[in-house]
Amino acid sequence: MTTQYSHEPAFLTGDEYSIPTFSLLGPDGQLYPGAKAPELEHDQARRIYRSMLATRILDERMLAAQRQGRLSFYMQCTGEEAAVIGATAALDDADMIMAQYREQGALVYRGFSFDEFMNQLFGNELDYGKGRQMPVHYGSRKLHYMTISSPLATQIPQATGYAYGQKLAGDGQCTLTFFGEGAASEGDFHAALNMAAVHEVPVIFFCRNNGYAISTPAVEQFAADGIAPRAFGYRMHVIRVDGNDILAVYQATQKARRIAVENNKPVLIEAMTYRSAAHSSSDDPSGYRLKKEEEEWREKDPVLRMKNWMLNKQWWSEEEEKELQESLRQEVLETMKRAQKRPAPALDTLVSDVYAEITPALQRQFDQLKTHIRKYPDAYPRGAQSLDPDVSVSTIDQGDS
Amino acid sequence: MPTMNLLQAINSALDIAMAEDEKVICFGEDVGIFGGVFRATSNLQGKYGKARCFNTPLVEQGIIGFANGLAAQGSVPVAEIQFADYIFPAFDQIVNEAAKFRYRSGDLFNVGGLTIRTPYGGGIHGGLYHSQSPEAYFAHTPGVKIVVPRNPYQAKGLLLAAIRDADPVIFFEPKRLYRASVGEVPEEDYQLPIGEAEVLKEGTDISLVGWGAQMEVIDKAVALAEEAGFSCEVIDLRSISPWDTETVVESVLKTGRLLITHEAPLTGGFAGEIAATIQERCFLYLESPIARVTGLDTPFPLSLEKEYMPDHLKIFEAIRQSVEF
Repeated sequence: MTTQYSHEPAFLTGDEYSIPTFSLLGPDGQLYPGAKAPELEHDQARRIYRSMLATRILDERMLAAQRQGRLSFYMQCTGEEAAVIGATAALDDADMIMAQYREQGALVYRGFSFDEFMNQLFGNELDYGKGRQMPVHYGSRKLHYMTISSPLATQIPQATGYAYGQKLAGDGQCTLTFFGEGAASEGDFHAALNMAAVHEVPVIFFCRNNGYAISTPAVEQFAADGIAPRAFGYRMHVIRVDGNDILAVYQATQKARRIAVENNKPVLIEAMTYRSAAHSSSDDPSGYRLKKEEEEWREKDPVLRMKNWMLNKQWWSEEEEKELQESLRQEVLETMKRAQKRPAPALDTLVSDVYAEITPALQRQFDQLKTHIRKYPDAYPRGAQSLDPDVSVSTIDQGDS
Repeated sequence: MPTMNLLQAINSALDIAMAEDEKVICFGEDVGIFGGVFRATSNLQGKYGKARCFNTPLVEQGIIGFANGLAAQGSVPVAEIQFADYIFPAFDQIVNEAAKFRYRSGDLFNVGGLTIRTPYGGGIHGGLYHSQSPEAYFAHTPGVKIVVPRNPYQAKGLLLAAIRDADPVIFFEPKRLYRASVGEVPEEDYQLPIGEAEVLKEGTDISLVGWGAQMEVIDKAVALAEEAGFSCEVIDLRSISPWDTETVVESVLKTGRLLITHEAPLTGGFAGEIAATIQERCFLYLESPIARVTGLDTPFPLSLEKEYMPDHLKIFEAIRQSVEF
């Protein structure tokens, strides 16, 4: 620490700094005058756009499925596709992603299939998480995507630790963690940034500042100018970016990754965006925000913005758009039907994975449970069918998870 | 008498407490204009202003730390933690601070005004993190009281008592029953005692003890048991810290059998504490081992929630085994 003495009692408020928002692509899909697009190959741009569209359609259809009672719960990424997919596309596909819960776009980009999504959403026997978590709590080891945990911000210090391990391993990978501006109020956020700076960790903290934490607007979440200025307190690289601008997000994250991996320095990215959908299928935003505000943000829609840019470059056409939308909708329907028909996970998934090996005490509890279920198979159709696939039970209630 | 659901009863209690005492302050995530994600604090901000009912930043340790300070100053904070599953970042502020404030200062300072409201429990397809019943962690902490109401009438009377209690209270609300449980609730102010169990039904063969949402499950089990010819005595503990040992002892001395049920896992669950105390006090009167019908020693599941839950059939089977022991 260097000490500079002054002899006037002058206070600083932080307003001395003003953090600009890095943006390249205007709401109309045209580059701002003087803005230079990042190097983005034709194929990569198409992969990004297709992922954005696939995420949009998946969300649209699954919310509808929830409304029809086919699914217990859903959360949409709508409005934030550029932030999530732009950041993911700038990473190496083997970099670790530790997300909050609204970042399914990252998985779409990395190749998580609709079947894989559906198996988790319906909690069936093929769900990697064995039907234990609520819908949208995805995870994929092969795609380097940590399984989602509902408690907010817990993944942020874990990302610091994971990235520290990557640094020691010397494999040239980094970790990117997504979180909302609300979650950044948790103590875990501050601990994560401080430890990352102190220990020089290759981690990217990617804040989706989407304006709302359920009903709480950002203005009631923090008094400062967003999340970005907090980086100064930890002496960390920081950039604020237009989160609905795919090119800006992509380039900012690419550069952040270089700082993280080449210099072993953590970076904070604050992406300014908007949660166009409700917090979840259980939420109704009409109780706390105006339609007018939602409409204003719809004009800045990230998917449409990238589409216009792609059309201008003749990297995309309306015919392709129509065709892809139709095939995606069809795929959602087919995979949903398949997943819904599959049975629930086997009964022993109730007690496996609590520890690496089941404990004797838990085994006793499980044996008692099996005896009980065999006595009342109709009351526990899933358990009963799992125990004795031939048993006929009167009320199979598949699809209500 | 008006009919209210459990949420309306809680809202009514908060309204009465805020109207009566301007030191009562309600806050937490989304409790302001939105009225909380379950709407328990609906209209309170409109009625009492933003200074007394407000949204906080999303930080549970901050909410309870802030509440501790506010209570120490002499205000009466009613802090909401949105789900009991999310109370753990505040564990330090509850266990090391709220619970020890009075003791460590020789009663120079205390946070007796503090009430923490939080929805708990399963049966709503909530999976690991919207289903837990963490009461036993806190029951292991001398210095905080733990109250769990079973229906709207109880919720209003117990919450008013909690807010006015001289000690910090964690008030666990059975969220499965928020809208499902409806009953007559007086519009006016009333309190129910903390630390006193209620005998809901007298019987001679076995004593059934529970609290909160589990009382409804016990009722269903009792219907089966009575059909099978077993006479059950039903006790709602209402608060598990302190818990009304005498009422349970008196009942077990009469019936000679005891069953305790909770949704939380078996090991370290509060049923273990009750069982230990009752075998000390009633050893020679017990005619069968004390039965515990609880969740499994696992995290809370989702697809197999039905199999996990300590439901009426499991309670009924345990009643039968106990009586026929």
